[in-house]
Amino acid sequence: MKNPLDSITGTIVSGVVITIILYVFVSGFLV
Amino acid sequence: MDPLFLAFERWLHILAGITWIGILYYFNFIQVPGLGKAKADGTAAGITKHIAPRALLWFRWAAVATWLTGASYLMAGHGTAEMSGIARAFMLQGSAAPIGVGAWLGTIMLFNVWVLIWPNQKKVLGMVEASDEAKARGARVALLASRTNTMLSIPMLFFMITGSPAHGGGIF
Repeated sequence: MKNPLDSITGTIVSGVVITIILYVFVSGFLV
Repeated sequence: MDPLFLAFERWLHILAGITWIGILYYFNFIQVPGLGKAKADGTAAGITKHIAPRALLWFRWAAVATWLTGASYLMAGHGTAEMSGIARAFMLQGSAAPIGVGAWLGTIMLFNVWVLIWPNQKKVLGMVEASDEAKARGARVALLASRTNTMLSIPMLFFMITGSPAHGGGIF
């Protein structure tokens, strides 16, 4: 599997995915 | 805490943060792809000798300034009678949890700048002695750390901006 960080698009998509995961985690479990 | 002081702290933090992340995006979106083409036509020296060292100087110190002004802001606000704001944020306590996630991401990014990107870029740019193999390995580590920071900047900015209802726009 290719490293998503090898491309700008993969980097941005990874950042958006992490944002969604962290949002669900923080709003569901921490606040 | 005086609202004027808190506003001043936020202002400094955002100024420093724009400098840091702006240069990070310049590296990832402009310099790295441009350098590949410049190497192909023999014009890379202008970038590696004159542009990259200056950009790295502002980049790494803006990262420090951003972290320090952010920490100072968290010490001044977000606290309770039992716990300081910075402790609540980094321990992800209650309403300080969202801004705390942003603070943790920013801290990881600061670590990447000083421990992974800057030491390896010094080798790549010839600012310290390094073998060709060490330069190639350093270039790969620096690129991945820089891309990691670009990736982490997306959730970091989301939690910084939406993390506190006190600033308007809070969603938690």
